Parts: sequence; structure tokens; C-alpha cells
Amino acid sequence: MFIPSAKCFAHTLTQTNSNPLTFQELILRLQTFWAERGCVLEQPYDVEVGAGTMAPETFLRVLGPSPYKVVYVQPSRRPADGRYGENPNRLYKHTQLQVILKPPPENVQQLYLESLGAMGIDLRQHDIKFEEDNWEAPTLSAWGVGWQVMLDGLEITQFTYFQQCGGVDLDPISAELTYGLERIAAFLQDVDSIYDIVWARDPETGKATTYGDVRLSDEIQFSVYNFDLANADFLRSHFDLYERECQLLIDGYWMVKKEEYDRLERTGLRGFLDNTGRPPSLKRYPVLAAYDLCLKCSHLFNILDSRGAISVTERVGVIARVRALAVGIAKVYVDQQQDEPASEESDQQKRQKAKRETAPAIP
Amino acid sequence: MPDFLLEIGCEEIPARMLRAGADILVSNTIAALQQIYFPVDVTRCRSYWTPRRLTSYVPALPLQEPNIDYQEVGPSWNIAFKDGAPTAAAEAFAKKHGVPISSLIRTTTKKGNYAAVQLNRAGRPTGVVLREIVEDQLRNFYWPKTMYWRAKTAERFVRPVRWIVALLDDEVLPIEFGGVVASRISRGHRFLSSTPVEIRSANDYVDALKANAVLVVPADRASRIDEQARNLEVERKVSIRTDRELQSTVVNLTEWPSVILGNFDREFLELPDEVLVTVMRDHQKYFAVEDAGGKLLPHFLAVLNTDGDPRGIIRHGHERVLRARFNDARFFWQTDQKHSLRERTVWLKNVTFQKDLGSYYEKTRRVQRLCSWLCETLRQRGVQVRPGIVHKAASLAKTDLTTELVKEFTELQGIVGGLYAAVQELDTGMPDATRQAIAQAIYDQYKPESMDDSVPRSIEGAILSIADKADSIAGMFALGLQPTGSKDPFALRRQANGIVKTIAEKKLPLSLTQLFADAREAYRGSSAERKFSGEIDYAGTLRIFFRERLEFYLRDVLGFKYDVVNAVLAAGSDDVVGAIARAEAVTKVRPSTDFESISIAFKRIKNILRQAGESGKQVAPAIDANAFQEAAEKELAAQIPRAVETVDGFRAQGDYENALIEISKLRPAVDRFFDKVMVMVDDERVRANRLALLQSLLKEFSTIADFSEIVTEGKESKESSKQ
Repeated sequence: MFIPSAKCFAHTLTQTNSNPLTFQELILRLQTFWAERGCVLEQPYDVEVGAGTMAPETFLRVLGPSPYKVVYVQPSRRPADGRYGENPNRLYKHTQLQVILKPPPENVQQLYLESLGAMGIDLRQHDIKFEEDNWEAPTLSAWGVGWQVMLDGLEITQFTYFQQCGGVDLDPISAELTYGLERIAAFLQDVDSIYDIVWARDPETGKATTYGDVRLSDEIQFSVYNFDLANADFLRSHFDLYERECQLLIDGYWMVKKEEYDRLERTGLRGFLDNTGRPPSLKRYPVLAAYDLCLKCSHLFNILDSRGAISVTERVGVIARVRALAVGIAKVYVDQQQDEPASEESDQQKRQKAKRETAPAIP
Repeated sequence: MPDFLLEIGCEEIPARMLRAGADILVSNTIAALQQIYFPVDVTRCRSYWTPRRLTSYVPALPLQEPNIDYQEVGPSWNIAFKDGAPTAAAEAFAKKHGVPISSLIRTTTKKGNYAAVQLNRAGRPTGVVLREIVEDQLRNFYWPKTMYWRAKTAERFVRPVRWIVALLDDEVLPIEFGGVVASRISRGHRFLSSTPVEIRSANDYVDALKANAVLVVPADRASRIDEQARNLEVERKVSIRTDRELQSTVVNLTEWPSVILGNFDREFLELPDEVLVTVMRDHQKYFAVEDAGGKLLPHFLAVLNTDGDPRGIIRHGHERVLRARFNDARFFWQTDQKHSLRERTVWLKNVTFQKDLGSYYEKTRRVQRLCSWLCETLRQRGVQVRPGIVHKAASLAKTDLTTELVKEFTELQGIVGGLYAAVQELDTGMPDATRQAIAQAIYDQYKPESMDDSVPRSIEGAILSIADKADSIAGMFALGLQPTGSKDPFALRRQANGIVKTIAEKKLPLSLTQLFADAREAYRGSSAERKFSGEIDYAGTLRIFFRERLEFYLRDVLGFKYDVVNAVLAAGSDDVVGAIARAEAVTKVRPSTDFESISIAFKRIKNILRQAGESGKQVAPAIDANAFQEAAEKELAAQIPRAVETVDGFRAQGDYENALIEISKLRPAVDRFFDKVMVMVDDERVRANRLALLQSLLKEFSTIADFSEIVTEGKESKESSKQ
């Protein structure tokens, strides 16, 4: 019969102290843990996203061949999930902690489990299972294979090996770890309502600031806006405008690439060319800005949807429109990565070279 | 006689794929070994699995591959040798195989004479063979869904492979896959064992893992769970609801299982059992707990992947999660009551049924129309139905798709609608009995979900269920999206099976052709219709599709012999109830000698007519009594009209058994005909008339079953070759 080894998992046996982590301590612990393992500590993206995956640090970084390791917190807005602050388990805006490991190290599961130790979870005292859960995001034309990690029956993390993103097959693969911070905090603090989570505790007075203190108004007001007040006509116009500009930027890239400068001019993107009428390095082309516009569309769609303003026939079409932008951007991004080395020196050389070549043509 | 053990160590493999994966691992190895003439004692081979490993055990292999004699065929003999002298082609061939020209031999193939060489390959050591077989197998392993984890050009597998153990007795076979080279080092339980596990030899494997908190034999995990559950039942005086599927899931989610009994607040028992059990079973993988009378108790059984929970920490966590889930469910239930199902009917405009077939609102309208036609047809055929109940149930059937509860627990669609309908005022002044009947029809609308599931309880529920499924199938077929091969994303086969089973068990006098003509008609004028493909043969494709479904039902569900099924369906597959009755009748009369003879005779008739057709021999348009020459043919011709009348009489009453007995009575006349009469005579008029007689016989008496399909024990008729 099996006799448990005394040594087992000594390195993850961070003993649970009587004072569980506050919400902000949880964030700090996880950030520190992953930063110590070579991740860039990024900041939350400042455009509305539905999930950490949609932040460019994931959606764009997983494309192309360059290795990358990053950790960031991402407030994620899902208008339809709002409950006016009345449901103890549902939020309009929840907080994800996102880790991307590209390519995934062989011990990626082990690293993940150690991160649980870092938040004070003694693995030996709990029931942990990796249950199949394959992630898919039709609006991003992205999918992956992986698990939901269950801690005593609670889904605390989505663990995904990305296979495709923006319609592009990934090489190398990235591992994505998405921690649901509210759930984990509620578990650690053993509270039944998200709003009762202690977000911070004043070190001097010991006074607690709760999740409700910080976020309840957000939940109430945005639910009211998203469900009851958002002006569908305005939202539609916003959507159309963002979409148009995004598509122009995507098209413009290929015009530059194919040297169709006349068309580019008609598109209103003349400003990308230098005063000789030649393009600078393709590296300067603002695909990142195009992606922001795509994210705007995605979020507007979500609000329209929660507002009940999208009909059946329309819905499939609108999702397809957002997907078309995401796929278009992914293609441009990959192409841009392959185009040339990013160093400033070569950019300058290229520009000088371009000037020299075009010089005779200038009267 | 060394024993071979192979363990593929993976990151957690999906529970649903484990068993099949392990079985493929061992069976492919066996098949590959047998293909190169290795003797394998299949009965002693084993496959084991846990979430983190697939294992195959193939014992008692020979030390090396058998020596193999084989022949390589080279150039044509005439090219290899000119006038008995070897040509350059012969020399090249001999050189290629490293043999002298003198050892070339002549071999005869279908295409003629060729030069060949007899070769012998010494058997390789078993370890070398296994390594090659297994590496090839892993590169081509079948999984329902695979992934890359290293560079894209590398291998695919269900999940990343992290270690491999490959032992031939105690010798390591350096099998390589996914950047991992096999060793004797396995791993124990993730949390209950920390050190690498060394496997000394193939036969130490199971025990070595057991010592490291891994029960690699699934049956061992199942019995550990069972034993602990039984103890809890006795100790706590409760009963754990049996659930084989869930049992298999938890066995496949654990390496070292143990169980705990958790509790939830009694107040949640106010929620319907269906909701509570779905939350526990489908979302949390907990077993429901009941009292001796089968009543749900406020407990659950959770299976852990660890050795216990002495401090109750884990139980506390599971209880917390379940409480949140139940709170959600209760919240949804209460929120949903703010809007009645009736109010929700228009909301269905915003729920897509299928992108080309429109919304559930449109579907509801079609299904309602189809339901009223079905009610009318059934009423005309003497079936008692309450059309008002069907109509109301159809109008509300899909409204639960707009409820929070169904959005959260999609597997409860239909059931939730039924539960809500039962507690809501559907129409002012509606009697309770009517409401309950409507609620029940809504509740049952997706039944039967499999061939093991029951059909809707009421006739009204059956009509709704059939109409709903027929509408989906009709729409998809009209779009040209019928299932092909293993592709059936909308589960149309399952839905069609459901229709067949429901019609059969409710004994509904319905024609499938008519049902699908009506279902298609319900789409008339819809926007979906414009998307319909003009190129497909809607009725024809559906006929073939349902013939297959009915064949499956008769053979695999009801257990009729395949030839009986073929015979019966060759005579028609439109009327499900009739087809079953005919199959029963044929099965009953089949053992009689008369019937067997008639079957043989019908086969002969069919052959004769086929050969006549192939050789361009005319069949007279009608039987001409004056063209008969022999007494035997006159006698047979005279018997036909009388027999037809009696047979039709029985058939009209659905008495297929007596109809078949009546047909069997033709046997003496038919036998005499074949004894005395030659059909394919030279006289064209006589021949054409005899062919016409046989054709009418075949036509008149093949309406219950095509007897020529019946496989007879006795000898096949030689008549056709004689003719």
C-alpha cells in the first residue's frame, strides 16, 4: 500500500496562514511568481476587452516565431454577464490574470502548480484535477486545446495550448494560463459573495476595503447602461466607423506592400508615405492601432448584444465582420513580423536607400 | 519469452478518450506484430490507463522475428532473357538484390512470366521490431482531437507526451516520440508521490505504481470508489444513486480515488430534482444521494483524486462550489418566473435555430403547422389525439431557450419548459389537467435522446417530438446538409432514429414520405426556402436515409435477422409500424418448409426475369390464357387471382402472418410449374407469356416482403443456369 512521502512537494508547501491573501496581495503574489520565472510584467490593456486573450499581448504576441513570456492582469468586460450587482457570483467586469509562455516549457504544468503554492494553497491538502476544456473564440478565429483546472470542484484556471489565432496556425505553440482572480480570492478568503472579498487591508488600522467598496457601482451602473440605456443606433454608428477605419488600415498595409501608392492616397493614408512619396519601413505601419479599432468593434457588439439589439440574422453577420477584421490583422501582423529586422539602424538604412533610389526622379 | 510493457506518460488526457486510446495502443501493437507473423497470446494482453498515462502489456513474445522467405518479382521474362541469355535488365535486377544471375527464377503472374528472385530475411530481435512498430504507431495514432505542443512541424498527439516507459522484460527499448526517449522511469501521483518511479521489469509495473499512489488498472480504481461509497452508505444510512456513465468519468479523472460525502442546505430541495441532479452530475461530477424511497437527500458524493480529506478542507470547498451553483440555479429559476413562457414566444425571434433556417420563432410556426397536419392525419386514421394540447405545447416548446436556467444548463432544454409550464397560467381559465398535459408534452419533446431512452409519454408529446425532429431533418436535407459518413454535426441520424422509435412504440399509422412532404411544405414561402438547394433529390435522399434508420432499428434495436429486414424493407420502408408487423410475420412463418420453398422459387423467378431482361427477351404486357401450353402453367395462372384476393384481404387487416401462410400455399403449384415448364423456350409468344406469369407472381406477392432476400438453408436453385 501507498505511504505518503514526507518530502513530497516540499517546495510548494507554502503554509496557509490564518490571514488569507487579500485580492491585491493575490495579484502581487502571482505577478511576482511569474516575473521571477522570466515573464515580462505587463500592465492591463487600456481598451475594453472581453478576455485577457484579446489583449494584444496575447492575440498578437502568440503569432509569429518570436519567443515571449508575459504576465498581466486584465479586467475583462462581458456586458451580458452583468447582474446589476445583485448576483454574488456574476460580474460585468471580472479580473483575469493572464500568463503567456511561448513556447511552453516542458514543465509548464509543474510551474503552474507551483504558482498555486505561491498563493498559499497546499496542494497536498486539496483535490486538484485537470479536466478537458478546449477553448475556442469564433470572433477571433482562434482555438486551443487544454483544461479547466479544478480545485476542490472549483474552476480556477483555464489552461490552453493555443493552436490557431486569427486564422493563423501557430508555430511555436503558446501556453496560456488564465486565472479567474475573483473566484480564487473568494476561495482563499472563504466568502460566498464576490462583493465580500477583502480587496485591501490597511496595514495600520486593519480596516478592510472590500471588492464591493471598489467595484459595486461599476457593476450596477454598467448593467443599467448595457441592458437598459445604451443607444443602439449610436452604438451601431460607432461600430460601423471603427470597422471602416480598421478595414482601411488593413487594406492600406497591402497597398504599401504591393506598392500601390495611388490607391493608398485615395484611401486617405497618404500620410504614411514620406515626402518622397515612398513608404518608410513597413515596421512603422500601425497594425497595432488597427487592432485597437477591432477591439472597439468587438466590445460594441457585446453591448449591442446585451441590449438585445441584434437580431438573429444580423448576429451571425456581425460576428463574421469582427472575425474578418481579426483575421485580417493577424495576417498583416505576421507579414509585418517577417518583413525585416526591427532594428532602428536597418530602418534608417532602408529609408536612406529608398531616398537614394528615388532621388533621380525628383525634379 | 519476454514480456513487453509500454507506458506513454502524458499531461492529462481527456477522460472521454482514455479508454479508447489505451485500447488502440494495445490492439495496434498486436495487429502490427501479427502482420509480421509474431505469435501473440491476445488473451493475456492488457491495456491500462489513468489520466496521465496509457499503458499496453503484451506478454510472452518470441526472442526474435521469424525468418521470412519472400519473392521479389523483376522484369518480364522475355525482357530479362533473350534467346536464353541474360540481358542488362536481368543483370541489374540480380545486382539490386545482391544475387548471382543464376539464381533468377521464372514466376508466372496474372500478367505473364517474370524473372524473380527468392529471398530470405533473417528475423530481427524483438526489441528492434517493437521499437519500429511503436514509433510508427505513435506517429499515426488516432485521437478524436489532437494538438501540437512543440514546433508545428513536429508530432501531434492528444496532449503533450512527457515520458515513455518501454521495457522488454527488464531491458529498456529506446523508443522515441515527441522528443522523449523511453526509459524505465515512470511517475507516480502528482501530489502523493514526489520521486521518480523506477520500473525494474515489465511485470513489476502495476505494483511499482501502486506503491506511488497510482492505481493504473481502471477496475481497481472503480472498486476502490465502490468500496468507499458502500461504506459511506452503511455508515450514513443513505443510498448513492447509480450512474454508470458518471462512474466511468470519475474513474478516468483519478489516479488514486477516494470519496467524500458532502452536504447542502435542505432549502435547495425546493428546486426540481432535475435541476439539482444536473448541477451535481453534469457540472460538478457528483453523485446524487437519496433515501431508501428514492427521494433526493441534501447530500452529494464527490470523488477526489487524492487519498482522503481528514480535515474536511476539500469537502468544505466542494460544498462551497455547489452552494454557489445552487444559488445561481435558484436565482435563475426566480428570475425566469418574471416573464411567462407565453411572453417569451416572440423573444424566439432572437434565437437562431440554424443560420439558413431562421429563428426558433419561425421553427415554432412550422412545427405548429406540421403538428396540426399530423393530428388531422391521425384523427382520420382513428387515433385519439387532443389537437389543442399539441398546438399549445408546440407554441411554447422552444420558449425555454430564452430562460436563464436553460442558458446556464443547456442540457435541461425542454425539461425546464415543461417544469415552467406546469406552474404557470398558460391561458386564463385553463383546467389544471390540460396544463399538466401540455407541460408533459413540452417536457418530453426531445425524447428519445438515444435508443435506450424512453419515448414521450403521451401521444401529444409524441406528435410534438416527431414534428420538431422532422422539421429539423427536412430543413437540413433541403439545404443539402444531410449526414455523410462520420459527419453528422446536427445529429440528424439520432433524431431520425428517435422518430422511428417513437412511431414504432406509439404504433402511429404514419407514412414517412407523407411526413416529410408535409415537413417540406411547412417551409413553403419562408425565407429559408430561398436557401434550399435546387440540385438535390429531397424525397429520394430522405427515403434512402430513413430506410437505413429503419434497417438499424429493426436489426439492431428489435433484433430481427438481417435477411428478414432486407426482405421486408425491399417491399417498402414508408410505414414503420407495418414494416415491424411484416418483419414479425416473416420471422414467424420463416421456419416452415413451404415458406422456404417459396423463397427459393422467388429467387429463381427473380433470376430468370433478370436474365431475360439482360438478354433482351420480351415480357408480354398481360397474361394471355390462350398462350399457355402446359397444365402446370395454367394451374398456376388460375391460382394467382384467388390467392391475390385472399392475401390482400389479410394484408388489409394487417394480418401479415396469414397473408404469408396463404402465399406459402402456392408452393405446390409453383413447384409443379418449375418441374414441368421450361420458361426460356424458343417460341417467343409462349416465352413472353410465361415471363409475364412469373412477373405477376413476383409483383403480387412481394408487397409484404421480397422473399428472394431470405437466406435459405437448402441448396440454391440451379434453375437459372439451366435456362
